[in-house]
Amino acid sequence: MDLRLGVAGPASDVEKAAVDRVLGMPSGGWDGGRRTPEDGHLSRGGRAARSRRHLLLPVLQAVQDRTGWISPAALDYVCTRLTVPPAEAYGVAAFYALLSTEPAPATVVHVCDDLACRLGDGEKLCAELERRLGPPGESGGREARWVRSPCLGRCEQGSAALLQRSGEPAARVSIAPATVAGVEAALHGGAVRVDTTPPVRSDPAGHRLLRRVGVVDPDSLDSYRAHGGYQLLRRALELGPGGVIGQVKTSRLLGRGGAAFPTGAKWEAVAANPVRPHYFVCNADESEPGTFKDRVLLEADPFGVLEALTVAGYATGSERGYLYLRGEYPEAAGRVRQAISQARQRGLLGEGIMGTDFNFEIELRVGAGAYIAGEETALFNSIEGSRPEPRNKPPFPTQAGLFGKPTGVNNVETLANVLEILRIGGDAFAQLGTPDSTGTRLFCVSGRVERPGLYELEFGVTLRGLLDLAGGVRGGRPLAAVLLGGAAGSFVGPPALDIPLTFEGVRSIGASLGSGVVLVLDDTVDGRDLVRRIARFFRDESCGQCVPCRVGTVRQEELLARLASGNPNGSVAAELDLLGQLGQVMRDASICGLGQTAATAIQSAAALGLLGDPEAGRVRP
Amino acid sequence: MSLSFVAPPRRLLTITIDGRTVKVPEGATLLEACRQQGLDTPTLCYLENLAPVNVCRVCVVEVEGARVLVPSCSRKAEEGMVVHTDSERVRASRRSVLELLASSVDLSLAGPEVKRWMNRYRAEPERFGPAAPAAEDDRRDRARPGEHHAPEGQVAATVAQPVKLDNETYIRDYSRCILCYKCVEACGSEAQNTFAIAVAGRGFEARISTEFAVGLPDSACVYCGNCIGVCPTGALMFKSEYDLRQKGRWDEARQTVTTTICPYCGVGCNLELHVQDNEIVKVTSPLDHDITRGHLCVKGRFGYQFVQSRNGGDEGR
Repeated sequence: MDLRLGVAGPASDVEKAAVDRVLGMPSGGWDGGRRTPEDGHLSRGGRAARSRRHLLLPVLQAVQDRTGWISPAALDYVCTRLTVPPAEAYGVAAFYALLSTEPAPATVVHVCDDLACRLGDGEKLCAELERRLGPPGESGGREARWVRSPCLGRCEQGSAALLQRSGEPAARVSIAPATVAGVEAALHGGAVRVDTTPPVRSDPAGHRLLRRVGVVDPDSLDSYRAHGGYQLLRRALELGPGGVIGQVKTSRLLGRGGAAFPTGAKWEAVAANPVRPHYFVCNADESEPGTFKDRVLLEADPFGVLEALTVAGYATGSERGYLYLRGEYPEAAGRVRQAISQARQRGLLGEGIMGTDFNFEIELRVGAGAYIAGEETALFNSIEGSRPEPRNKPPFPTQAGLFGKPTGVNNVETLANVLEILRIGGDAFAQLGTPDSTGTRLFCVSGRVERPGLYELEFGVTLRGLLDLAGGVRGGRPLAAVLLGGAAGSFVGPPALDIPLTFEGVRSIGASLGSGVVLVLDDTVDGRDLVRRIARFFRDESCGQCVPCRVGTVRQEELLARLASGNPNGSVAAELDLLGQLGQVMRDASICGLGQTAATAIQSAAALGLLGDPEAGRVRP
Repeated sequence: MSLSFVAPPRRLLTITIDGRTVKVPEGATLLEACRQQGLDTPTLCYLENLAPVNVCRVCVVEVEGARVLVPSCSRKAEEGMVVHTDSERVRASRRSVLELLASSVDLSLAGPEVKRWMNRYRAEPERFGPAAPAAEDDRRDRARPGEHHAPEGQVAATVAQPVKLDNETYIRDYSRCILCYKCVEACGSEAQNTFAIAVAGRGFEARISTEFAVGLPDSACVYCGNCIGVCPTGALMFKSEYDLRQKGRWDEARQTVTTTICPYCGVGCNLELHVQDNEIVKVTSPLDHDITRGHLCVKGRFGYQFVQSRNGGDEGR
């Protein structure tokens, strides 16, 4: 690789220091350091240098955190250190919403205006900020800027923001609930606050995945062990990899990330693959609008997630695990980071775990603002230092995943279930819930409901049952609709209230549980506004790789804008027909699940009549 | 072009395409199988000399048992597969993909086959409304990921933008870019290993770009022109062709193509000299040529001026 480097001018000492802090000092002139006499006689680089490409995103984040943007000179230095073509590194940097490739203010506050916050105070907050500070995204030479943000995963609060401040030290802090005063304080360098009390609202007696949430001290491994922590890893080591997989298969656990794939079968496929090494990835890139369950588990029970990931690594013959966490969860990142460090110190990660010959390391990788990076193959590309564009399947991750090797990947909630399976046994677990939906489920309840929050319930509860537990529609208003599964899910109307919230139950009405989102709409909600927000979300978060999604999401948003303004192209019926065709090509021909589901919620809204009535923009009960 | 398998086939698989039982070599893609049957399968991002990236999705076919349609260009045939290439679903998807592209990108130089497919699938790109006015500046190059102005919907967004004219060899007209990734592949590991361009940004603002969108003279570009050779839509074009088109003098009917061998080094690359009015107006190389696979270097691609130089004179300089 003959790269054109060193042409953007020298990086500043500050930029270099930020890079070197992640990569260590350069060895000589070949990788960006001071040229030594020896450098003239031998060349360093090649495959060994390129093999560090996976450090690209962490390094770009370090530069962003230190200086507020990635300058041409800084990018050049990064590329010199890692032997990455500058055009490719720029392509990566320009993909992520939390990275800037142009000079930017040191302080950026991302204010959530996504689904749950729209039903809360988010839109009011944005309107007031716009009145006081000007439109989002315009810095106007000030030290600070505010921008609108997709879901920040604090949906139960009804308003949220994320402070991103560069400098030394840099800061990334959640603000929730977010107020005008809070956002203004953040913009001006003042203190911010976040309510980190776990928003768990279900009866603790029924808790299995949440049993330690709010009980253990999430900063203390001792506290975790005092509550039974790491006993289940010991049990796994006694059972052996095959025994663990057998228990998971017996439990009939289905993945909770949205696709409902049998976890045991996935693990077995990885374990049986003769290609080495194997990897196991915990997908904590929870970004589905309305979802906050994984955040609660990571913030309140980080050791539980690490233990479960370690078990998964053991069962699948992996020696390296990655926990890929979305960049908008700084509090969870802090918890996981220190939990990994404590576990390593105590020999629960590393070599010879618990006196066996099992070696396992976990590395935390933090995202930088991209919903699509939660798609499993896009996630691999993100870790590898490429643009997080999904790969075509097959090959599936169990065949060729991270770094092209057999890889198991599960979402946080799925992994949390594995500990419960080991605790009570696969047979007992299979008795929970219904025959086709075993175990419990975390439901993220938000919107117009009396008690929004996280509910862990055994499968089988109906939508009505869940809403009753949540205190019903706020203020006793009539229920208009519920968005099940998030932006990639579907709206269901009141007739669906008695459907059990199981995989098979929601499938029978053409919906899906997705990531467990239950967003409640009362009769005052402007359904058309919500639907347009969903369309905007997918248009913003599409990676742009394939035509159906890249252009389809644009046309879908334009079409909904025409419907909302009462200016359809031809008749409303013709527009709805076109909307259906857009949905079909996105579902049938997109590469990945984002494109394939980008029209699902909107189609369901159309079917419920939330779009077609030009007279009133209201949800019809 | 003719179908050629590089490695000897190990065994034959039996699959069904549109009701016909056919045998294809193991390792063959569904696209190869379709072409073997003489089925005109539309492709845009596929090229014989590049690894398939399966992004345009116009070649999708229906495989029984699969939840969604599959890209025939990259999906390998499997024993017993039942494939439909002309089902209602396939036709609908191909139609929509062509409509989405044609409504957002200038396809006027994309070759007669694209018009043929548009007609066959009855694509009506105007259904999305009149095209939005072109960007008058480089705003697409500066788009921030995850942000865009909410549309009113009365006009259809396009990628129309000014032509990038920054060197004497070729131009970049990204109003015509369908983001097929071919140029990125040719610039990178598939041919030139220069990596001067990559995809930047995301979503509808995804674009082919150098680092920070610097001009080609400030980039790693070595002017091999292999990106031009693979571009299916005229987004990348010889400056000589562009200038003639601007003057309204480009006329392929009056052009001859002369095959010769590059005079510079000993590799023996085949050149095709496209000549109009006794002037070389562009140089290509055959995709199926053993040595070049369609790719050339800067000398073979652009170093032809001496041919026009007569009497030791200055005309060609």
